Amino acid sequence: MGNSELEPRVTNLKRWAIYPALLWTALFFALPLAAMLALSFTETVAGRTVSHFSLANYAAFFERADGAFVRALVNSLEVTVATTVLSILVAYPLAYILAYRVPRRWQRFLLVLIVLPFWTSYVIRSYSWLLVLSENGVLNQALLGLGLIDAPVGLGNNRGATILGFVHFFTMLLTLTIYANLVQIRDSYRKAAADLGASAAQIFLRITLPLSLPGVAVGAFLTFVLAIGDYITPQILGGSRELLLPQAIMLQIGRRADFPFASALSMVLMLVVTAAFLLFARRLKMERI
Amino acid sequence: MRLRDLPAIVYLVTAFTFVFLPVVVLVQFSFQDGILPVPPFKGFSTRWYERVLENRRLMEALWNSVLVGLLSSLTATVLGFLAAYGLARGRPRWSSVVQYMLMAPITVSYLIIGMGLLITFNAIGLGKSLLAVGIGHVVINLPLAFAILYSQMGEHQANIERAAHDLGASDLQTLLLVTVPMLWPALLAAFFIAFTLSWDEFVIAFLLSRFDVTLPVVIWSMLRSGLSPELNAAGTLVFGISFLLALAVGLMLRRGRKND
Repeated sequence: MGNSELEPRVTNLKRWAIYPALLWTALFFALPLAAMLALSFTETVAGRTVSHFSLANYAAFFERADGAFVRALVNSLEVTVATTVLSILVAYPLAYILAYRVPRRWQRFLLVLIVLPFWTSYVIRSYSWLLVLSENGVLNQALLGLGLIDAPVGLGNNRGATILGFVHFFTMLLTLTIYANLVQIRDSYRKAAADLGASAAQIFLRITLPLSLPGVAVGAFLTFVLAIGDYITPQILGGSRELLLPQAIMLQIGRRADFPFASALSMVLMLVVTAAFLLFARRLKMERI
Repeated sequence: MRLRDLPAIVYLVTAFTFVFLPVVVLVQFSFQDGILPVPPFKGFSTRWYERVLENRRLMEALWNSVLVGLLSSLTATVLGFLAAYGLARGRPRWSSVVQYMLMAPITVSYLIIGMGLLITFNAIGLGKSLLAVGIGHVVINLPLAFAILYSQMGEHQANIERAAHDLGASDLQTLLLVTVPMLWPALLAAFFIAFTLSWDEFVIAFLLSRFDVTLPVVIWSMLRSGLSPELNAAGTLVFGISFLLALAVGLMLRRGRKND
């Protein structure tokens, strides 16, 4: 390295190879986003553009329908934060047991097993939870059979069902990121601490947990970003009592064809994701990517 | 296993039950001999699978999904490979900016990407079509293909390329006869991961297609008519196909690692 004579020449092929991908991303990602941003600042009355720079759509976000859209954002944040926290709480012990309690030769097999449901289609997975939670579904039958309830209870079509569907999906994801982090922590650290008289709890709190936080942060960030932008799970499992932000956006596109307002809502969603990124960024290790 | 491992075992069993519950219910009631996919299980029947295979809309959508998946994954893999090659070997000036730009679509919700494309295609007069869906799927899969392939473009590979170059191979020859075969497992992995994501993608396909639709879109429209074992059967088939694909990727990655 450093000796330029040993480095091969940068030829045209090498120089131009990045451009097809860049062009694609510019045309079909950056340009549409820019168009949405521009559109979100237009003001339309009865389908006709009356102003090219106006904050009307952003004002509408706060005012329209008695603040229903602000509520949708708050709902989304609540559901997403609950999802992220619960998924970590379920996934962490699972990853820990897999990494430290299960014999090495079984670990791979169990990991493959735990991501198996990943390969069911995303739409179908939410539908499957609908089956489990429905009034005559498996869960109600089990509860009735155990005598815990007298009559079937409505388990689906509410916020809890949405969160359950999310936690199911993201537990798989977080288990992977946390496990990958845990197996990288050297045994010698924990052995040294034990030799120096640390208790099991101390070792966990002072060594394992802090060293595994990057894995938790990466998984939590992915969970947050994917969950807050998801339309499918709340639409299938969440019922009709409340809207999350992606559902509100979809309604603007589908039923009302109000693209300027839908664009403004999308910008709000992107802003939230960006804020989350900045929050997580300190913990995220962006290695090579 | 000792007694002190008991809580760990209980936790493992509980967690695995949670993870597998919906899948088991889905598969089991796809064989339901009755019209509702809920308990009690009335006996084993494959009639819902026959219904699925006779469902023309579903079969057409299946074919559309395969078509969109193959072409969009191929495009994403080729573009991602070229970008990774250019970035690793061409040493562009704004290397980290290029990287961030290529990875940016990962941080944006599919819903927003789909809507942006819908607005753009409306403006230029490209109607809702499988082509539009495919373009969207390349956008979401390009960052992944790029990231996978870029991580494989190490010094080791660069040295072999250099050797080929010193022996008189042209740039293009080196690329096609050395780099591509060397990265074959990673290329296949990128392709199959892109395919499974395209295969499963709903929101973009929903927004950008009208008459010809993909499988998740048809399944979505079937959902409207409520619970049915036919949906279970369709879902089980999709699961089976995705699982086989995943298995193929796993085997390929393993073989790639052995060759290293």
